[in-house]
Amino acid sequence: MALRLSTKRLMKELKDIQEKGTPAGIIPLSTESVDEWVFLICVLGDETIYKGEQFALRLIFSDRYPIDCPQVTFIADDQYQPPLHPHVYSNGHICASIFGNEWSPVLTAVSICITMQSMLASNKKKERYV
Amino acid sequence: MSSDGEDYYYEDDYDEGSMDQDSPVSEGMSEPDIVYDVMSPTADEPAPKKPYDVSYKVRTLQEIINMQSKEVRKIQTLLEMPASTATILLRHYQWNSEKLQEQFWNDPAAALLSAGLSPPVSPSTRTGPLPPSPSLLISPRRPTRSSHNPALSPVKRSRAPQPSGPFECPVCCMEFAKEDVVKETFALGCRHRFCRGCWAEYLTGKIRSEGESSRIQCMESGCERIVREEIIDELVPAGVSKRYHNLLNMAFVADAPNLRWCPHPDCEYIIECTQAPPRMLNQLVPTVECNCGRQLCFGCGYLSSHRPVLCKIVRLWERKCADDSETANWLQANTKECSKCQSTIEKNGGCNHMTCKKCKYEFCWVCMGPWSEHGTSWYQCNRFDEKSGVNARDAQAKSRASLERYLHYFNRWANHEHSAKLDAEFYKNTEKKMEQMQNSGNLSWIEVQFAKQAVETVIKARITLKWSYCMAFYLKRNNMTELFEDNQRDLERAVENLGFALEQNIEPDSIAQLRQDITNQTAYVQKRHEILMDDTLKGYLERRWDFSVDI
Repeated sequence: MALRLSTKRLMKELKDIQEKGTPAGIIPLSTESVDEWVFLICVLGDETIYKGEQFALRLIFSDRYPIDCPQVTFIADDQYQPPLHPHVYSNGHICASIFGNEWSPVLTAVSICITMQSMLASNKKKERYV
Repeated sequence: MSSDGEDYYYEDDYDEGSMDQDSPVSEGMSEPDIVYDVMSPTADEPAPKKPYDVSYKVRTLQEIINMQSKEVRKIQTLLEMPASTATILLRHYQWNSEKLQEQFWNDPAAALLSAGLSPPVSPSTRTGPLPPSPSLLISPRRPTRSSHNPALSPVKRSRAPQPSGPFECPVCCMEFAKEDVVKETFALGCRHRFCRGCWAEYLTGKIRSEGESSRIQCMESGCERIVREEIIDELVPAGVSKRYHNLLNMAFVADAPNLRWCPHPDCEYIIECTQAPPRMLNQLVPTVECNCGRQLCFGCGYLSSHRPVLCKIVRLWERKCADDSETANWLQANTKECSKCQSTIEKNGGCNHMTCKKCKYEFCWVCMGPWSEHGTSWYQCNRFDEKSGVNARDAQAKSRASLERYLHYFNRWANHEHSAKLDAEFYKNTEKKMEQMQNSGNLSWIEVQFAKQAVETVIKARITLKWSYCMAFYLKRNNMTELFEDNQRDLERAVENLGFALEQNIEPDSIAQLRQDITNQTAYVQKRHEILMDDTLKGYLERRWDFSVDI
């Protein structure tokens, strides 16, 4: 195995993003680092309660990625605010099963973004968890 | 087994690698004959000595492992399936073979599915036959998630299936040449293929950091196939595999109601007892002795004997003693609050004219009203008999009485607890005396053993006495309780006398007398101890005891 299990895998994911692009509404913002990526996420369509909003999702990869799940949070600073959602804390922490016991090493950074996007898209009420 | 279909739970037979397939015949011959049944007592247990004693066996880890293989073989024969399948099913049903059989005969597919022996999720693998030929083992993985949730399908799945091409591990993205695929990669019956390095990393993480054992699933997202024991053993380093088997055995013991680990540090024995199921614990105190020489309670895992007190009462007592609520009780019984600044005040003497140290407020301790209203009737509150005053006084008296009662029992309990902690010193002192006797009294080693025996008797009796105060605290006042307290008092007195005799200095000319005395008293303490224990424990069976709490 390589020095860092995660390096080769992240390179490959990055190559895929560069070659094939990302699904609509998901924009890679910073993917240069080997341990921290940021994506912009918007929910498309007219049905959504997050229409016109844009959120920044930060993924922090450990050496053991993808065996271990990356640490995923919405950025909460002057520029970005986390979405108002029952599973998202005001500090940007997310409560989702794929970051717990449903994590699988075959999931990728992009598939995490897609899951977050669909989590927001299926929400009908702007409520905070706490 | 020539094709999948009905018997898809044999699928893991096609996992490549050199795993042994269990053969029921050869295993059955090589195993020693150990009679084991989850629900019924083992045949070779000796009969209990007393009606309140339980019979039990101390098992080694190997015996526990044999018990599991025996259960597995039973299910294997009954349900006609490979041992590995039977093991996974049994673990899923927490070794309850009756429930497993019932559910299996009811709906075999559902039983297998819930145990993680599901057929592959992907429809493509279900339609085609699964020949065991190695050429097909290197077929690439097919996207499984895409069928229900396209959003979750990883990007790299878009690759077209190439039955015999090179393989790229979807986890670490390493490339494997066609000829290395069988050697370097691995897929379960669900055919989700990954490289062996990633498997080892994943399984090690599950076992080492998450402490998982019997429910480790395939790495693929959403795939619920359980990774079998033999496969884990093959894929992970020896140390991890050892830990994995430990976890499996721990889960087996934890799931079996008739097994309990010896709770003492560094002891690896397991106690098997079928006579003390939880529902019997309102009339039994199943104290057992492990092969490590220490006692424990089979019912609650308490680290020593807590006879003659029931497990539930012990729990209540320990909580009560540890609880801060007793501090609150004390405050309630002994203090009042300043009616102006709410500071807590303990009155430890003096008259009823109180002046709060903090806010200088002057008030009457009896009625808590301002002192100024008392006019000239100093030192004699004329509001004393007002109704509110009487009520307040009653409440305080009751609280104080209950606290005093608790402290009465607690002090005696704690006193014996403290004495028990001094055991080691008591032993040492007695040993010194025994040496002294051998030197000065010309007694042989065997002749001075009476002292050691006396110490042991005292220590044992003290432990029983200790718990008898906990018992008395929870007993309702009635004639039976008085009899109990009589027995308790007799034992207490006998123990104190013997303890006193043991503390005496040795005079060469009185050794014979002392020895006689101690031997007699030891026998007496043993007898009183026996009576208290016998009467109390039989009392549970005869339902003689009436407790102030539900048991």
